Amino acid sequence: MRLRTLTALAGALALCLTGCARSGSAGSSSHTVTYWLWDSNQQPAYQACAKDFEQRNPGLHVKITQLGWDDYWTKLTASFIAGTEPDVFTDHIQKFGQFADLKVLEPLDDLGIDESAYQPGLAANWMGQDGHRYGSPKDWDTVALFYNKKMTDAAGLTAAQLNDLAWNPGDGGSFEKAVAHLTVDRNGKRGDEPGFDKNHVKVYGLATNGGGDGDGQTQWSTFTASAGWSYTDKKRWGTKYKYDSPAYQSAVKWYFGLAKKGYMAPFTDYNSQSNQANTQIAAGKAATAFDGAWMISTYAGFKGLDMRTAVTPEGPTGKRATMMNGLADSITKNARNKEGARKWVKYLASDECQRTVGGYGIVFPATPDGTAAAVAAYRKKGIDVTAFTEPVADKKDFTTFSYPITNYAADVYALMHPAMQDIFGNGRSVTSLDQTNDQINLILSQ
Amino acid sequence: MTIASSSPPSRLPLSGAEGARTEPGTDRASRRSNGGDGRLAAVFIAPALIGFVVFLLWPTLRGIYLSFTRFNLLTPAEWVGFANYDRMIHDPIFWESLKVTVEYVVINIGVQTVSALAIAVLLQRLTQSPVLRGIVLTPYLMSNVVAGLVWLWILDNQLGIGNEIIAGLGFDRVPFLADETWAIPTIALINVWRHVGYTALLLFAGLMAIPNDMYEAAKVDGASEWRMFWRITMPLLRPVLAVVLIMTVIGSFQVFDTVAVTTAGGPANATNVLQFYIYQSAFGRFQFGYASAMSVALLVVLSAITVLQYRLTRAGQTDLG
Repeated sequence: MRLRTLTALAGALALCLTGCARSGSAGSSSHTVTYWLWDSNQQPAYQACAKDFEQRNPGLHVKITQLGWDDYWTKLTASFIAGTEPDVFTDHIQKFGQFADLKVLEPLDDLGIDESAYQPGLAANWMGQDGHRYGSPKDWDTVALFYNKKMTDAAGLTAAQLNDLAWNPGDGGSFEKAVAHLTVDRNGKRGDEPGFDKNHVKVYGLATNGGGDGDGQTQWSTFTASAGWSYTDKKRWGTKYKYDSPAYQSAVKWYFGLAKKGYMAPFTDYNSQSNQANTQIAAGKAATAFDGAWMISTYAGFKGLDMRTAVTPEGPTGKRATMMNGLADSITKNARNKEGARKWVKYLASDECQRTVGGYGIVFPATPDGTAAAVAAYRKKGIDVTAFTEPVADKKDFTTFSYPITNYAADVYALMHPAMQDIFGNGRSVTSLDQTNDQINLILSQ
Repeated sequence: MTIASSSPPSRLPLSGAEGARTEPGTDRASRRSNGGDGRLAAVFIAPALIGFVVFLLWPTLRGIYLSFTRFNLLTPAEWVGFANYDRMIHDPIFWESLKVTVEYVVINIGVQTVSALAIAVLLQRLTQSPVLRGIVLTPYLMSNVVAGLVWLWILDNQLGIGNEIIAGLGFDRVPFLADETWAIPTIALINVWRHVGYTALLLFAGLMAIPNDMYEAAKVDGASEWRMFWRITMPLLRPVLAVVLIMTVIGSFQVFDTVAVTTAGGPANATNVLQFYIYQSAFGRFQFGYASAMSVALLVVLSAITVLQYRLTRAGQTDLG
């Protein structure tokens, strides 16, 4: 029934104050290490790692719990409050700032993480402002353009052409031309043909993943970064966001403008529960979609669709850009089995475990050998992942950037989430972000 | 109301005799075991009292205290005086969310009460079939979250069967939950769909308490159904209707789960109802102090509305007899 927040909130508190002593959660003891992750596709791979780990460390047992993305963070938060947190959990940069603020993570400095043993930048992202390490590199992902080959064939676009697109905030370049040509209205007219009806589109050239909040990972970030923009004044732990930058705003305006022209699915077609970009592709409502490497298996699994991938388009800077995000394993400050947790995290960060995980072909592990194992495993499944690995290997044509890492990440989200919806959904001017940016920077200056 | 007094004459002598017989007995018993009764009463009251104190009184007091602090749940609360209330008064999102909540309540309660009343009267005047009564209640058996998700899928702009039908009939698709003007009415109506049966049943129970011979007498006098509804049903149902209204308005102000699963406050805060804003502030941004202040504000608003409703509708008095 309806939540009575006041009672629920305070009720939880009262219970905590009176009753919830830190009694161990189910199954945790000095012989057990509890471990949480959110991606069900990855569970078998980490189960395999756990098996190796248990053989090497007799008497230690790893208990893996998998929870869906949304539940994962809700439950993790609740577990910190109730004192039932796991010993080790999969951590995301998006939440790192907040967990650092709340001081719920255990420093991992003595694990001997060698930054050079991992793909560039992955290890450095998990250093807190206090100079301590709070995560060990686990895997990485980039973003590429997924396309429905049958639709691009019908539009006369070759793989070579799709891998050589370019955009600019003026006329949109060859990227906008391609997306327009891939768009078909209910009368069969393409987006670049006279008489195209933008209000009754049957197939959109580009699927939508919504407004993109403050990061735009699979929405606008590839464009804003290839226009030379970066989120904050510093690479990590910046103190000022730059959503008021003209370069940023013109890229975003052009990007959402694609929907106004009828080439990209409108905001109203997006729903985080029922209709994300991959659903639009699966339903044949869109020809292409920007999406992350973690979705490779999902797109490959669409029955009857021949899905391929292309690199992101070249921007005004002359480079192609993609976010390169990496997950990490973190130990909780109140872990019941800290010794076991350290051993487990050290093993998770090792080349052995990462090669094992890579062999499952579901994610790119953080070590180069692990990545190579994953590429080989994908190839065995008949999936070409070059569009995701090339940006990391080729620094001449590509630039990669990381998820914004700052304090007050939750507040930035709370302000940017509705602000971007307002621009995309309600057609509000991009210059409204000036004010939002001021509010964010005011919070950061506290 | 002369008709009313004529209805239960057969019971009068019986209850009178009962009263006469038992009165002296109970008097003596109560004098003899006054202390024992007190202890027994305490035992019976204790579970409810403990529950009340632990789950209601203490949390409320604690919530009020926390509203004067800066608190993130994991480190000790820090006293900040009226800072949270000051922030609340100057927070445009708070006022916007209050406005959105009121809009929701007006649509939700308005449509729900009228439809529930219509259903209840039809159940009373047309049919007494328990099967029909069961069917009316069916949506209520579904959890709010499931109801929200089912409607989310039905109404999806691109893939939902509801919009497929609309498009099939030649109309433009309606982005029910993704458009800022449609979102609140849509959520309000989804909850009407789920709750109307339950509300109708409560009103139906109220209607059952109205003596049938009033309607018979009115019929003899040649009154129409319409006239009977306004002259008999409505006046006699008023106390029940008032209580139902108070309950549903309080519940309606606390709408949360349907919003959480369908729109998550979007698009662009168009459905950011107060409870959702409180939840986001507390569990999303760990601002439990500010969330507590807003909860206190909600408590005050609800108390005021309840008292006002109670007074205006004279819910404590009946016109029967």
